[in-house]
Amino acid sequence: MPTRAQTNAKAAALRAHFEAHGAQAIEPPLLQPAGTLLDLYGEDIRARAYVTSDALRGEQMLRPDFTVPVVQMHMADGAEPARYTYAGEVFRRQERHADRPNEYVQVGYEVFARDDPAASDAEVFALISRALADLPVRAITGDIGMLMAVVAGLQTSQLRKEALMRHIWRPRRFRALLEQFAGRTPVSPARRALLEGKVACDAPLVGLRSHREIEARITALKNDAKVPPIKARDVQMIEALLDIGAPMPDALARLHDLSVDLPAIVPAVARVSARMDALAARGIDVASLMFDASYGRASMEYYDGFVFGFKARDRTDLPPLATGGRYDALTRRLGDGTEIPAVGGVLRPGLILELEGVV
Amino acid sequence: MTVKLGVPSKGRLMEKTFQWFGARGITLARSGSDREYAGAVDGIENVSLVLLSAGEIPRELAAGRIHLGVTGTDLVHEKLVLWEQSVKRVEELGFGHADLILAVPKAWIDVDTLHDLDAAAAAFRRTHGFRMRIATKYHRLVREFLREAGVADYALVDSQGATEGTVANETAEAIADITSTGETLRANHLKILSDGLMLRSQATLWQSRTAPLNREERASLHELLRRLG
Repeated sequence: MPTRAQTNAKAAALRAHFEAHGAQAIEPPLLQPAGTLLDLYGEDIRARAYVTSDALRGEQMLRPDFTVPVVQMHMADGAEPARYTYAGEVFRRQERHADRPNEYVQVGYEVFARDDPAASDAEVFALISRALADLPVRAITGDIGMLMAVVAGLQTSQLRKEALMRHIWRPRRFRALLEQFAGRTPVSPARRALLEGKVACDAPLVGLRSHREIEARITALKNDAKVPPIKARDVQMIEALLDIGAPMPDALARLHDLSVDLPAIVPAVARVSARMDALAARGIDVASLMFDASYGRASMEYYDGFVFGFKARDRTDLPPLATGGRYDALTRRLGDGTEIPAVGGVLRPGLILELEGVV
Repeated sequence: MTVKLGVPSKGRLMEKTFQWFGARGITLARSGSDREYAGAVDGIENVSLVLLSAGEIPRELAAGRIHLGVTGTDLVHEKLVLWEQSVKRVEELGFGHADLILAVPKAWIDVDTLHDLDAAAAAFRRTHGFRMRIATKYHRLVREFLREAGVADYALVDSQGATEGTVANETAEAIADITSTGETLRANHLKILSDGLMLRSQATLWQSRTAPLNREERASLHELLRRLG
């Protein structure tokens, strides 16, 4: 294991590499107000981040990542376009994996720019790729926006699309909803009774959720019961999309095939295509770069477009050395009425040193 | 030194535990006045009784400060991360049965399953501007259970007692708590979700995997477990 001093030296060198490419170095605080993170991630964040508190400020979290504070900083008073770099510790609770570190150093590079998102994607990927150039790593890319485009293009009710969209990052729940909307899950006796108006309740209503809210959901369920099932062909389309895992040109050809049947995804496919060209223009060997359509879905993240990771080729035990992606929606959530396209990535200098064999 | 046996320090759980050991020829008793938390063991040599709150017994077992302890499955699972690595189940004692469940107002006729709860939580957040609150003291178990089920848009609020009352008091919309007969739930106009059973718990004798044992203690523990088995 590299020492802390070695890791910090590596982190400083990486940050200098990003500064040399025009990024402004920033130092977000270690303590983050818990409210923002809880609002974004919900209760799950408590299983991943350390929470502390004082009587005056209430709950605070030791930063579990840099992206949220960097976005907040930029949305508050950033110039446009902007490039940022930072280096420092993040803290993650590891209750299930005692062998994984609960504190490690990340170095990041983030781009906030309105013009030419494909070029920004390629810029971030290429810079991080160059920082790892001498290491036996394998890159993988994906695009969460593809799945979102397919869901948006489904021929079904808006409510069903919203329900699927809400669970894009929870693959099992997404699958269960899809099965249900495709009419493959039997309607439970309790639900059938409710739809037939045969459920009565003599207990008084307690709590904040009102009769009106209950009635509204029953109405929504009754309307939903009249919506025709999502066609088997459309379910297959989603399966075909998530099944794509191939070098980028092949993957793109399959995406083009899909878009013939589902014209709604044409713009999303065009974005993947433009990104491939931008990556090639940056000198990335796209012919061997993997594109996996389901990549990035299982992590509790905010990425809604391009996603990527770099893994050690022969060290499957190591976590990814670098990860990143596009998070336009996050800037909207944190922007208080404003938004800006943004993409970024982080490296883990400790893992880089470990892979380099520095002891 | 002696083999240390941790037992809940009051109430029915203590009495039932004393009876269970008594039926196996080992007499446990509180010594001194009712207010003094000291205990005595008769019928076996070299075993001492440590009276503790049932909620602290998991921690004491994991830290190796007691060799054996009686407490509920719910508390071991909630308080000890990777509990299999720090304690071993010796015997279920057949009392103190309680289920950890998720309950909502009975009048929520549109909510029968966790999937319903998830959909209702999404709508609730849109309407009220905050996440649906679930009152509990079993934070870890509830969070893991809901993550497995894919429920989002909820928040846990801490409740260390009278949890069933939080809904009527409008400090929570739903609760996750232990129940044995369901009587308190009914009295507070709550119902258990049809797939809302998280854990079946009962009083259980646990052995610490970390408590050090010298030769004498090892022999005493062996003898005690033989008599109990």
